[in-house]
Amino acid sequence: MSTPTTFRELRLDGVGRSFGGQDALQGLDLTIRAGEFIALLGPSGCGKSTALNCLAGLLPLTAGSIWQDDKRVDTLPPERRGFGMVFQNYALFPHMTVRNNVAFGLQMRRLPKAEVTRRTEEAIRLVQLEEHVGKLPGQLSGGQQQRVAIARAVVLEPSLVLMDEPLSNLDAKLRLEMRTEIRRLHQSLGLTTVYVTHDQEEALSMADRLVVLRKGSVQQVGTPEELHNRPRNWHVADFMGFRNLLPATVAEVRDDHVVVAVGGLRLAATPMVPLSAGDEVVVGVRPEDLTVASGGVTGGGSPAYGSSTGSGTSTYAAEATIEARVEVVEYQGREVAVEARTPQGVRLHLRTAERLAPGDTVSLAVAPGALLAFARGDEALPSGAPVLGDASEPATSRDGVLATTGGEVS
Amino acid sequence: MTTLNPTAPTTATGTRRRIVASPGGWLVWGAVVLFMVFLVGIVGSVLVNSFGTRWFGTWLPEGATTQWYSQAWTDFSLMSVIIVTLEVAAAVVVLSVLVGVPASYVLARRDFPGKKVVYLAFLLPIMMPPITYGIPLATVLYKFNLAGNITGVILANLVPCVPFVILTMTPFIEQIDPAIERAARMSGARTFAIFTRILAPLLVPGILASSILVLVRTVGMFELTFLTAGPDSSTLVVALFNSMNAAGIRAQQSVDAMAVIYMAVMMVLLVIALRFVNPTQLVAQVKEEPEP
Amino acid sequence: MTGGAATGRAPTGLSLRHRLAERGVDGQLLLLVPAMVFVIGLFVYPFLYGLGLSFQPTKGGGAFADYQRFFSDAFQRDTIWKTLKLSIPAALFNVLASVPIAYRMRGRFRGKRLVTTLLVIPITLGTVLTAEGLLNFLGPAGWFNRTLMSLGLVDQPIRLINNYWGVFFSLVITGFPFAFLLILSYLSGIDPSLERAAATLGADWRARFRRITLPLLAPGLATTFCLTFVLAFSVFPSAILVGDPTGTTRVISIAAYQAAYEQYDYPFASAIAMIMGAVELIVIGVVLLWRSRFYAGSTGGKG
Repeated sequence: MSTPTTFRELRLDGVGRSFGGQDALQGLDLTIRAGEFIALLGPSGCGKSTALNCLAGLLPLTAGSIWQDDKRVDTLPPERRGFGMVFQNYALFPHMTVRNNVAFGLQMRRLPKAEVTRRTEEAIRLVQLEEHVGKLPGQLSGGQQQRVAIARAVVLEPSLVLMDEPLSNLDAKLRLEMRTEIRRLHQSLGLTTVYVTHDQEEALSMADRLVVLRKGSVQQVGTPEELHNRPRNWHVADFMGFRNLLPATVAEVRDDHVVVAVGGLRLAATPMVPLSAGDEVVVGVRPEDLTVASGGVTGGGSPAYGSSTGSGTSTYAAEATIEARVEVVEYQGREVAVEARTPQGVRLHLRTAERLAPGDTVSLAVAPGALLAFARGDEALPSGAPVLGDASEPATSRDGVLATTGGEVS
Repeated sequence: MTTLNPTAPTTATGTRRRIVASPGGWLVWGAVVLFMVFLVGIVGSVLVNSFGTRWFGTWLPEGATTQWYSQAWTDFSLMSVIIVTLEVAAAVVVLSVLVGVPASYVLARRDFPGKKVVYLAFLLPIMMPPITYGIPLATVLYKFNLAGNITGVILANLVPCVPFVILTMTPFIEQIDPAIERAARMSGARTFAIFTRILAPLLVPGILASSILVLVRTVGMFELTFLTAGPDSSTLVVALFNSMNAAGIRAQQSVDAMAVIYMAVMMVLLVIALRFVNPTQLVAQVKEEPEP
Repeated sequence: MTGGAATGRAPTGLSLRHRLAERGVDGQLLLLVPAMVFVIGLFVYPFLYGLGLSFQPTKGGGAFADYQRFFSDAFQRDTIWKTLKLSIPAALFNVLASVPIAYRMRGRFRGKRLVTTLLVIPITLGTVLTAEGLLNFLGPAGWFNRTLMSLGLVDQPIRLINNYWGVFFSLVITGFPFAFLLILSYLSGIDPSLERAAATLGADWRARFRRITLPLLAPGLATTFCLTFVLAFSVFPSAILVGDPTGTTRVISIAAYQAAYEQYDYPFASAIAMIMGAVELIVIGVVLLWRSRFYAGSTGGKG
C-alpha cells in the first residue's frame, strides 16, 4: 500500500446516496482545493453525515462520482483512499492504549518499526498527550479522547481529513478550546479538511468555505461572510440566525429596495432575488438587528398599540417603527433576549441592552439593509405560520404565530 | 468477570426485596422447595445407588462400594467413549465458531434483501425438534457414507450449533460501536485485519460464552448423536441411553455409575460455563426477531 | 466554486454498482456464505430430501401412500394425540407455574444466583439422566413412595413410572427451569418504574400485575411457551425410559424412530418426521398469531 499522495483538488460530481428509494443526498457538486477547510452545515438529517461517509468511502454512492485530480476514487474502498477521519464519539479502539491507537494506521501501512514509533510519538506530542500514552481510552476524559482521535487521523498525513461533528460530545468550554486547537492544527499542518457540524457559529468561525445542506440538497456554498450577509434563501437565513422570518407581500419596488407589507406594517427590505409588486415573500431579520427606538413604557393595557400601523395611509419610510408589547424576557448577561408581540399578533424576537420587563410596550426599528426579502417558495415556514391578509386589515387572531425560530436545529 | 451478557438484566432497584412476606410468598417458596426436593431425590438416588452394594426395600443400601465404577469403566469402555465425546465437542465448538461468527457479524451489521429469509433459515434448526430433521439428515449422511462414524456425529451436531452461535453472537456484535470498525478502515485496515485486530479481541468474551454453551449442548445432545452414531462413535449420553435401554444385561448400579460419570462431566462443564455466563444465558439465548 | 457539469453518462457497470449499493449488497455479504452452505447442506437439503422421500413409499401405492398409511392406522395416528397430550399440558404447566414464582423473584435478593444455578442443573443434565433418576426416585421402592408410605398417606406404592406421569414429571423437571429462567429474564426486562408509576396512580399489586406487568409480559410468555413446547414435543428418550413406549407414551418421535431404525422404512420414517414438523409448526403458528395481538415494543428496561 503506497502512502497517499496529496492532490491539487478533489471534485465531487453529482454525488448522491439513496436508501431504498429515499434520497439522503442528491446532486452534490463541490470542488475542494488542497489546504482548504470546508464545513458541511445543516440540521440533523440534512445529509451532511451521509455526504461525509460517501466521501470517506464508508457508504457506497448511488449516483455521481468523486475525482481526485484525474483519478476516480469513489470506486476505491475506504482503506485505499488515504483519507483520515475523526468520528463524533471518537471511535477509539477500546482495547488498545493511546499509543497503539495512534500507531494502528501506520502498522496497517506496514511501515518500518522505527518510523512507526517516531511518527506516533510526534503525533502524540502534537496533541499534548505525552503523559497518557500507556492509558486505555476508557481512562481518558472526553477532551483527551478527542485529541487521541485527532492524532490517530493526522498521524497518517492523510490527503484529506474528514471530521464528523467532532466537538458535539464536549461541554461548552472544552468545545471552544478544541475549536481553536483544530484550527491551529489545520493551519500548521496544512491539512485539507472537511468538517461536518450543525452549529453555524462553529462553522462560521472555523471554515474557509461553508456548504449549507437541507433535505439532502445543497442550499448555498460560500465563504462565511457571504453566507452570513447574503443568505440565498430563507432556509439558509433561518440557519444563519435570522430568527424572525415573516410571510409578507411585496407592495412596491424601488431602485435599491422593496417595500413589503407584513402584518399590518409596511417596511423597506433588501431583495435577495429579483422581485416585483404582489410577490409573496418571506422577510427575515436577526434579533440583534431589531433596535429599540423607544421603550420601557410600563403599563398594562397600553393605548399606544398600533400608532404607526398606517391603515390606508402609507408609511414607506425605512424608519417606520413597529409597536410591540414585551411578553418574555430572558436574561443573557450584557443583553436580554426579548419576545414581543405586535397588536396584529406578529411575534418578534430581539436582543437589547435595555432593561425591559414583560408588559412593557416598545417601538422597534429595523434598517432596510438588515431586513432581507426572500422568495417564499412552496414550503410553509417552519412553524406553519398563517399568511396574513392585506396590510390594511389588522389580523384578529392573537395566536397567529408568525415568527419562526431555528427550532429544528438542535 | 461476573457477567458478560450484553443484554444482562440489570434491575437497578438497589433495594433488596423481602421474599417471604405473605401466604402467596409461602406458596411460591413451597413450590420451589418441592422442586428442589425432587431434584435432590433424582440426583441423590442415582448417586447412592451407584455406590451401594445391595438395595432392596430399605432407605439406604446395605453397604458402600466402588466396584460398579470399575465395572462400568471396563464394561462400557468409558475411556474411549469420553475421548469420543470430547473430540466431537471440541470439533463442533471450533467449527461452529469459525462458521457462525462471520455470519452473525453480517446479520448484526448489515441490511440486505432477503435478510429475513436468511434469519429464518438460521432460526428453524433451533426451533424444530431434532428428530424431525435428524431422521432425514441421518438418511442423507448414510447415503454419502458419512454417518455411523465420528464425522457424521460432528456434522449432525453442527446443524443446531452453527445457528446457535449466530444467535448468541449477534447481540455481542451489535453492542460494538460500528464507528470503531469505520475508524479502523479509515486507518487503512482491510476486512481481515479488522476481524483479527479489532473485532476478535473485543469479541473474546462473547466467543468464550457461546463456545461454552455449544460445548454443554453438544455433550448433552442426545437425539442427533443417537441417530448418526455408530458403535465406535457414541458420546457419553448415547452410551448411557443404550445401556439403560438394554436393561437386564448389566447391573442397574453399573448403569448408575455411568450416569454419575456423565453427571460429573456435565457438572464440570457447568461450573466452567457459569464462570463466563450467567445461568439465565444458558437458556435465554434465542433472540426472537431480526432487527427491522 | 461548485463543480461543473456532469461528465457524461456513467457506464453500465457502474450504474449496476450504484443500484447494488442502494440495496446494501456488496462483498461483505460473502461472510454469510459458509454458514449458509452449512444450513443448506445439512438442514435444508436433508429436509427437502426427506420430504421427497416421503412421497416415494417403499411399498408403492401412490405418492401419498405413506401419509395415508399413517393416518389410517390408529396405532400410528394416535401418536399425534399422545404427543400433544403430553407436551401441551407440560408446557402450559411449566409456563404458568413459572409466572408467579418469577414475579416473586424478579428483584434482587440474597441467594438468587444460587437458586438460578440449581435450576440450571436439570437442564444441563438432560432427559436421559433425569429419566434414570426418576426411575430410582419415583419407583415402587424409591424414596418418594417410601416417604408417602411411612407418612401413612398411601398403603402401597403409587405407580409413577413407566406410564404417562413418569414422562410428564421428566418434562417438568427439565422444562420448568427453562421456562422459569426465560420468564425471569423477560420480567427483569420490564422497567420497574412502570409499576411504581402505576402505584402512584393508585393501583394495588393485583391491578399492577394485571394491567401493567401481564400485558407487557404476554409476548414473552408466548415465546416461552413455544420454546418449552418444542422441548416437550420432541420428547424421545424419556418417553422410552420412564414412559410406556408401547402404550400411553408411544409418542410420534418413537413412531418415526421405529420406522427408520427397526423397520428400515426410510420413506415412511420421513413421512412421520414431516407430519411431526407440521404439527409442531401449526401449534407454534397458532400461539404466535395470538401473540401478534399484543403490544410488542420496548418494555422500557434492559434485557
